[in-house]
Amino acid sequence: MLSPQITEKIDYELTKYPADQRQAAVMSALRIVQTERGWLSQESMSEVAAYIGMPEIAVMEVASFYNMYDLAPVGKYKISICTNISCMLRNSDEIVDHLKHKLGVEFNQVSADGKFCLKEGECMGACGGAPLMIINNHTMHEFLTPAKVDAILDELK
Amino acid sequence: MAKQSAKSPAPMMTDPKGQTLVCLRTLSESEPATLATYLKLGGYQSLKRLVTEKTKATDIITEVKISGLRGRGGAGFPTGLKWSFMPRYFDGVKYLVCNTDEGEPGTFKDRDIIRYNPHQLIEGMAIAAYTLGARVGYNYIHGEIWQDYETFEAALKEAKEAGYLGENLFGTNFSFDLYAVHGYGAYICGEETALIESIEGKKGQPRFKPPFPASYGVFGKPTNVNNTESYASIPWIMQYGGQAFADLGVANSGGTKLFSVSGHVEKPGNYEVKMGTPFAELLAMAGGVWQGRKLKAVIPGGPSTAVIPASVMESTTMDYDGLSKARSSLGAGSMIVMDDSTCMVKALHRLSYFFYEESCGQCTPCREGTGWVYRVLDRIVKGQGKMEDLDLLTDISKNISGRTICALGEAAATPVISFIKHFRAEFEYYIEHGKSMVDSKAEQG
Amino acid sequence: MLNIEIDGKALEVEHGSSIIDAADKVGIAIPRFCYHPKLSVAANCRMCLVQVENFNKPLPACATPVADGMKIFTRSKSAIEAQKSVMEFLLINHPLDCPICDQGGECDLQDVAVAYGTSGSRYTEEKRVVFNKNIGPLVSTDMTRCIQCTRCVRFLQEVGGIMELGMVGRGEHAEITAYVDKSVNSELSGNIIDLCPVGALTSKPYRYSARSWELTRRPSIAPHDGLGSHIEVHVKDNKVMRVLPREKDSINECWLSDRDRFSYEGLNSPDRLKVPMIKHNGNWVETDWKTALEFVAGQIKDVTSEHGGDALGVLVSPNSTMEEGYLAKQLATALNCGNVDYRLRQTDFRLDGKRMGTPWMGCNIHEIEDLDRILVIGSNLRNEHPLLAKRFRKAVANGAELSIISPLDNNPLMDIAHKVIVRPNDMVNVLGQVLKAMSGLQRLSLCLPPSLNQLLEEIKVRPNTQAIAESMAGHGKDYDLIAPKVGIFIGNMALSDPRFTEMYSMAEAIGGISGAKGGILPAASNSTGMHMMGVMPSSSGMHARAMLEVPRKAYLIVNIEPELDCQHAALAKAAMQKAECVVALTAYKSSALEHADILLPIAPFSETSGTFMSMEGRVQSFAAAVKPLGECRPAWKVLRVLANTLGLPGFDYETSEQVKQAIFAGEKPSAVVWRSLNNNLKDLVEIQINIKHDGLQRIGEVPQYESDPIVRRSLPLKKTKYNIKPMARMSAAQLADLGLQEGDQVLVKQDKGSAVLTVKLDNHVAKGCVRVAAAHEDTIGLGDLMGDITVEKLTTKQLAAYQAGLKEAHA
Ligand SMILES: Cc1cc2nc3c(=O)[nH]c(=O)nc-3n(C[C@H](O)[C@H](O)[C@H](O)COP(=O)(O)O)c2cc1C
Ligand code: SF4
Ligand code: FES
Repeated sequence: MLSPQITEKIDYELTKYPADQRQAAVMSALRIVQTERGWLSQESMSEVAAYIGMPEIAVMEVASFYNMYDLAPVGKYKISICTNISCMLRNSDEIVDHLKHKLGVEFNQVSADGKFCLKEGECMGACGGAPLMIINNHTMHEFLTPAKVDAILDELK
Repeated sequence: MAKQSAKSPAPMMTDPKGQTLVCLRTLSESEPATLATYLKLGGYQSLKRLVTEKTKATDIITEVKISGLRGRGGAGFPTGLKWSFMPRYFDGVKYLVCNTDEGEPGTFKDRDIIRYNPHQLIEGMAIAAYTLGARVGYNYIHGEIWQDYETFEAALKEAKEAGYLGENLFGTNFSFDLYAVHGYGAYICGEETALIESIEGKKGQPRFKPPFPASYGVFGKPTNVNNTESYASIPWIMQYGGQAFADLGVANSGGTKLFSVSGHVEKPGNYEVKMGTPFAELLAMAGGVWQGRKLKAVIPGGPSTAVIPASVMESTTMDYDGLSKARSSLGAGSMIVMDDSTCMVKALHRLSYFFYEESCGQCTPCREGTGWVYRVLDRIVKGQGKMEDLDLLTDISKNISGRTICALGEAAATPVISFIKHFRAEFEYYIEHGKSMVDSKAEQG
Repeated sequence: MLNIEIDGKALEVEHGSSIIDAADKVGIAIPRFCYHPKLSVAANCRMCLVQVENFNKPLPACATPVADGMKIFTRSKSAIEAQKSVMEFLLINHPLDCPICDQGGECDLQDVAVAYGTSGSRYTEEKRVVFNKNIGPLVSTDMTRCIQCTRCVRFLQEVGGIMELGMVGRGEHAEITAYVDKSVNSELSGNIIDLCPVGALTSKPYRYSARSWELTRRPSIAPHDGLGSHIEVHVKDNKVMRVLPREKDSINECWLSDRDRFSYEGLNSPDRLKVPMIKHNGNWVETDWKTALEFVAGQIKDVTSEHGGDALGVLVSPNSTMEEGYLAKQLATALNCGNVDYRLRQTDFRLDGKRMGTPWMGCNIHEIEDLDRILVIGSNLRNEHPLLAKRFRKAVANGAELSIISPLDNNPLMDIAHKVIVRPNDMVNVLGQVLKAMSGLQRLSLCLPPSLNQLLEEIKVRPNTQAIAESMAGHGKDYDLIAPKVGIFIGNMALSDPRFTEMYSMAEAIGGISGAKGGILPAASNSTGMHMMGVMPSSSGMHARAMLEVPRKAYLIVNIEPELDCQHAALAKAAMQKAECVVALTAYKSSALEHADILLPIAPFSETSGTFMSMEGRVQSFAAAVKPLGECRPAWKVLRVLANTLGLPGFDYETSEQVKQAIFAGEKPSAVVWRSLNNNLKDLVEIQINIKHDGLQRIGEVPQYESDPIVRRSLPLKKTKYNIKPMARMSAAQLADLGLQEGDQVLVKQDKGSAVLTVKLDNHVAKGCVRVAAAHEDTIGLGDLMGDITVEKLTTKQLAAYQAGLKEAHA
């Protein structure tokens, strides 16, 4: 069951579209549910489908098309780091190695304590701040150095 | 414009860094993103004037045509001309869409518009809505810049409360609702029809055109799509006149342009300069090549534009014609600077992975071709390349190009073709020795 | 009209055609995978790229509309280059193992590769592997072969009406799949097998049983519903290996329902009766035809000479051919027996003698798509006529307003404008309301006959029926429809209702004042044909129901299983039990035939020649696709020889063709049909609109895959989700009224019969009704499909006692 907090937020998104175009809100709905629950399970997708009133498979098409939706658990903190050209030119590889070493994970793995998951991202539209990473989709950290990464991770409990 | 008198003379806008600020003009203020700041600079006055004076749509479009404004999303299509395609009479809701989905590596200019000057975008869209008869607008924002999405939503709220959005604006019968919507990690949604599909709550797969969005867009209704920077230029044009805007630039390239400079420079970031600014000047603004290294190559407009070797780049000007003379294009103004420590094979390898990962998968050539290209390059990078791979790569890329629904096919092909063309020796070295020429040089000291 | 040129050939084409359609018209082949004329245009495979003058890039022929003066080159250097490169891309990740692929020999990819590809591949990297999905018992997947053309996805969405497959993931990682572990449940799902241009989707039942070039293809007609779909029966070693659609745009287009496609498995059932059998002292013994027929003749002679011809009852399946029906009737007549009928699931015969002709669907199948306003009365469309439902769906997609009056609120997978879901009994009143409302609408102030007017006086029109009436009158969404094309259709639930007469009369009156087309949607492949030939009781004879109510001494039953195929299972069973002699012409041995005395093995449609007449009045003959199994004989021949053995005159037919000649008396069939089809009534029937009725009513639907003996034996169809055990299905409100909960065991009773069933919540059922499926062994103790029923909750103890009792009864 979608919590009232979730449905309230989805309802707000629905106001942006004509009444007969509820499907348009599915991107937001999935984002809202994922933010609340950490990732999108099959039940979550089915609930979104039922709430919006669209076929489940159509919800899954959307959820699986966009990188930022997670269809498997990602730990408490998902760290998405960009390795694309502008970041690569500014040594994102070094940051990646540092993170892998520090968290003891490879890409797409969750750390042993279940807290962190490292993901390789594509361009995040902020290359001026390279190298950079995003935590749980919504908090971006730019101009990373290994020391800065350490400080950020220390903040996360 | 019908009422010339309403226009003010264009101000001097050069900031201490040497930028000419149009789209980012609030940047020189202390709290750039607020409504107060924007109003101080004469914000929303053009909208109010055009709407309350019931300015004719054709007059506005003419002014935009005079300005020489060309679409800032990459294709450079004249904005005034695009607006004239929108059907005038339509029984139902017409839509306006702003494309803030920039996800092409090296592109991050629109982000600064929505975070530092959101109201200028809102005003630009409202003017466009008035001109084109659109009742509802959506700004589709790249999912990864979430904090900026929230900034923009806050600005929308501010604008609505201040009476610049909503029903019967300024007591007229002009109404316009504008909403922020977001992507969630798919480069292809920058393509306008994929973006429209995404707004409709579907996978972002481009639509076959025709029909174009102007006749069949959001929810099947007539829709105008422009880039953020294109819309954000409009209020200035309306305030100071199309000619003043055109005069900022050079022939065929009116106005200023935001360049996103990234890679091997001292001060990466956005620089808004007049069209036609020499590359060298722009590079200097960005602090020059970092760590005192030598320039090797530049991708001038994002990876979908051809790479240009330093020798050619150094004498190029930053405008549509200048870059096309250099056999590349302005694209979205996403300048990726590479110094002489850059291995072009690895750089292309990374770019090919990007296109492979981001192909939507609809069209056979793009879906299969991008994967093929990436796998061959991956093999080369792992030291298992064959000389004939180079021609194969070029050939595959040519076979993708021009045979797909959207331009991602071309975008994916261009770097492959241009990298191999300009830096063939480096690729041959890698294949022959199983390692990078640049790394080997570095080892030799 | 536009003038264009393709490969130097000048032609005129219609405005709005695509290049590919134009090329198809003049027989210029452009290769394609994603394009299908019946689906939306995706333009994603890029195989159809052609060169167009003045364009620097090749254009997809499927998506590019022609323009006047366009010059198109399909085989120019640039076109060929583009086609070759797309072919190369398609093959890099596709397995090159045609010899072991089930699609081998009938694969579009294989064909196009040979014609448009190059030999040898430049691709030496690793190939993509995609995991297979289990999408149900009918369609097998081999997803590594998929070329992502999305035809399957588009078909289910656009034609099937519900999105059951999707392409998840992105780019090269994209895969066609159903939602997580769901299956594809569309009753039209088999069509995606035909649509898939490669071997990604293949037929699960047929898989690996034959190679396409070993098959002989024989045209035939689908034998289950009244649509008359054209099929092609594929045969190997005198065995039906599979059934595919034959394209017939005006009937089935290029589609087939799953029932028509997969029922053939029932033809090869181990249950098939192969030799005549006679019951001797309660034991079945095999015998030869001569002995069997002489025995039958003897029995019939005994009964009829002693008790008269009317001691015999003749029941014929509406799925039997016209020839079979005709001879059964002729035989009965020759024996002075007036008791013949094919209307096995009907209970209300008050219209007999009052009709002006043969009732039919009242229009051509394809005309449904053009209707503006549609009223469907008492039909679960997708269950009864799966492929016809698709035509309605198309109409609705084209903007038609659909209204439904029914005791079931099943999702027809199309938008419903208005609906009234009520008990069958109340449907009469609802129809009265619609009629009254319509007659009151300004433009339609046509006079109703005074008798009807009087009847309607008492009726109060409610808002939702008013809405239906306004819709039918052209008001509503498009107010400017001055003369909407209206269609009114009566389905199976209404046809088997005890108040069918009222429903029919009301519908006829509504049709009259709205100028509607339409009529009944008869259930079986030859219902309309049987009616036209008069395979019905003589004026003094008994109809199907009476023959069971007042048991006959002997029965001749053709192609039926009485307890499963008759309106009243318990009555049918009792009647057969009681009879001195039951002669069954049947293709199957069956427990439902345990009360017969003689089983004569007849050939199903695939093994005999014959004729069906569809619901739109189309007379379609077919030949046998295979030789009869074992000792089976075509039923028409069995009836003829039986008549000969009985020494009856007038049975000299050598071929089924001669029987057909006799049926149409040498005239062109269409001429006879044209004279005969007529839905009008001669005069108004005594009708009562307001019959108070407070008791529970049964809705005894016949599940799609239980509709006739062949379908019942198709194992793959049995495995689909439609095959659920009958349950006592009721709405939440009804459950609350009865103090029941889902999962409770209840005793349901009709007349003297009963059954113990599990309670199931089903909010698609009107209040006051219990939905209890028929044509199933669990419910053969029950009575009328549509009739009164009671439901009692059983305690555990009672349940145990009941079950013990059952055991005893069986022992
Ligand atoms: C693969 C692809 C990605 C694109 N990405 C963007 C983008 O991120 N932002 C953008 O404004 N336009 C993008 N475009 C261009 C848009 O399709 C469209 O031309 C543009 O938004 C129109 O606005 P304009 O005329 O103001 O430039 C992209 C095009 C393609 C083919
Ligand atoms: S499974 Fe077949 S029909 Fe469906 S997308 Fe793949 S190739 Fe096309
Ligand atoms: S048939 Fe035209 S693109 Fe597939």
